[in-house]
Amino acid sequence: MILEGAARVFGNNIDTDLIIAARYLAETNEVELGKNLFKDLRPNFVNEMNKGDIIVAGNNFGCGSSREHAPLAIKGAGISAVIANSFARIFFRNAINVGLPIFVTSENLSSIEEGDMLSINASEGILLNKTKNKTYKFDPYPEFLLNLVQIGGLFNFTKNRLKEV
Amino acid sequence: MGKTIAEKIFSKHSKKDVKAGDYILAKLDIVLVNDITGPLSVMEFQKLGDIKVFDKDKIVIICDHFTPNKDIKSAQNVKMLRNFAKNQNIRHFYEPGHVGIEHVMIPELGLAQPGYLIIGADSHTCTYGALNAFSTGVGSTDAGMAMATGDTWFRVPPSFRVEIRGKQKKWISGKDVVLHLIGRIGVEGANYFALEFCGEGLRNLSIDDRFTISNMAIECGGKAGIFNYDEVTEKYLKSLGIDASNYVEADKDANYEKSITIDLSDLDYTVSLPFSPDNTINVSKLEKTYVDQVVIGSCTNGRISDLRVAAEILTNKKVKDGLRVIVLPGSPKVYLEALREGLIEKFIIAGAAVSTPTCGPCLGGHMGILAEDEVCVSTTNRNFIGRMGHPKSKVILASPAVAAASAITGYITSPEEVM
Repeated sequence: MILEGAARVFGNNIDTDLIIAARYLAETNEVELGKNLFKDLRPNFVNEMNKGDIIVAGNNFGCGSSREHAPLAIKGAGISAVIANSFARIFFRNAINVGLPIFVTSENLSSIEEGDMLSINASEGILLNKTKNKTYKFDPYPEFLLNLVQIGGLFNFTKNRLKEV
Repeated sequence: MGKTIAEKIFSKHSKKDVKAGDYILAKLDIVLVNDITGPLSVMEFQKLGDIKVFDKDKIVIICDHFTPNKDIKSAQNVKMLRNFAKNQNIRHFYEPGHVGIEHVMIPELGLAQPGYLIIGADSHTCTYGALNAFSTGVGSTDAGMAMATGDTWFRVPPSFRVEIRGKQKKWISGKDVVLHLIGRIGVEGANYFALEFCGEGLRNLSIDDRFTISNMAIECGGKAGIFNYDEVTEKYLKSLGIDASNYVEADKDANYEKSITIDLSDLDYTVSLPFSPDNTINVSKLEKTYVDQVVIGSCTNGRISDLRVAAEILTNKKVKDGLRVIVLPGSPKVYLEALREGLIEKFIIAGAAVSTPTCGPCLGGHMGILAEDEVCVSTTNRNFIGRMGHPKSKVILASPAVAAASAITGYITSPEEVM
């Protein structure tokens, strides 16, 4: 899986309220949710970004609520992937379950600037900053998660299991 | 190598000898959703086809966030859940008149028990760790799929040992303990870990203090916040008629990757300033901080003992002019107890508004939304940007004692200052 897009750079501890505020949570459609992505943090974000853009963040991205609306809003807005130094546990789990590709790297991403063109090779665990010609490594998914991601998330995983019974 | 409480609960529920780091499928005792996360869960469940839930008595639907419904969309969402519960014959479906905040109600209903494995599509599902259960927050797809299969996937977490010593002074509560902990280790200090609370000081923490502490385990990244089982847990469960012989103890040689000690006698009134729960400070070191609103309630501090503390401080006193004070009993049972004990009367005489149980203001949902530049001292669990309303409003997290004292003076105040 190769994912390409411009970098959208965020800091540490980006919480789920910042990703999608509670006042939008009566909505369940991911495209509708995507229209209010990062509304309180960067009010023009969805107008500034393009389909395929990649979120680059620091530590503890997605901390806070269990709201699956957060990864859905990111997906619904057209973001192709999130790469960060660490994710909050429930956000990580939700992203895997809904099929939003997310990657954890221990490398320092601070030289990546807003708008840099990025390319992610998910199976090899390489992030390339095409603008600055610099590469970063990340750990590919462990086997269990790779299986979950490859079959398209928890829904397909469950559907297959129910068929087996 | 011995096992932690988490490793033991996951071993039992997966019928495997598991250790931290293993990916497993584990059977669930309870699957919980609410009116925000439930509709997504049910939509995913229904896409699986015309099937029945795995066990109609082990699924719990509590419509607590936007109820009584604040708008058409939230009413439609509850209508959908109501129909689903009816069609699937789900016993534990609750809405206004019978509804309380999910994490207050579930223990009251006897649905959380020692040794249980519980998931809930709400991050504060970790609350039931207070009762020696492994309970954790998940997303809607997780809960929806688990409604079908009765199990889900986990990575067994490593554990973080928190040893509690000493005895606290009057008015120091579970909230001060957990804010102190989060301040010390940071908002991701326990990311992916199960916190395990133990030590001789536990006997000084009431069951309600423990609910508050387990509830906020997620605010330092914890996957769960599990208490050792002791006579305090036993007494509480007995009062509910629950036989708790399935409690779980860690082995003496269990492996903890981190540990920390908290001496209760060292603790002072602790608050978290905007915009992060780990931005803590003792009230005594705080500059005079004026507030516009006080909220006492939520899944963190909406229990009867929280209301008793607040009422004791507010008795024969008046809420400061120009201040709005909102008290939200956590469940109908708490509300009724507060009413019978005369607490509600004390709140109203003091000048506070008393609301029906709802999560409302905690997440900026409804009933107590903040305007631009307003400050609220709240017994809730999060003070993120825009959490309770306008993106330029602020929330300061505090115990019920500090919140009630602040209601009298209009600024963040220790209970000793007004008592």
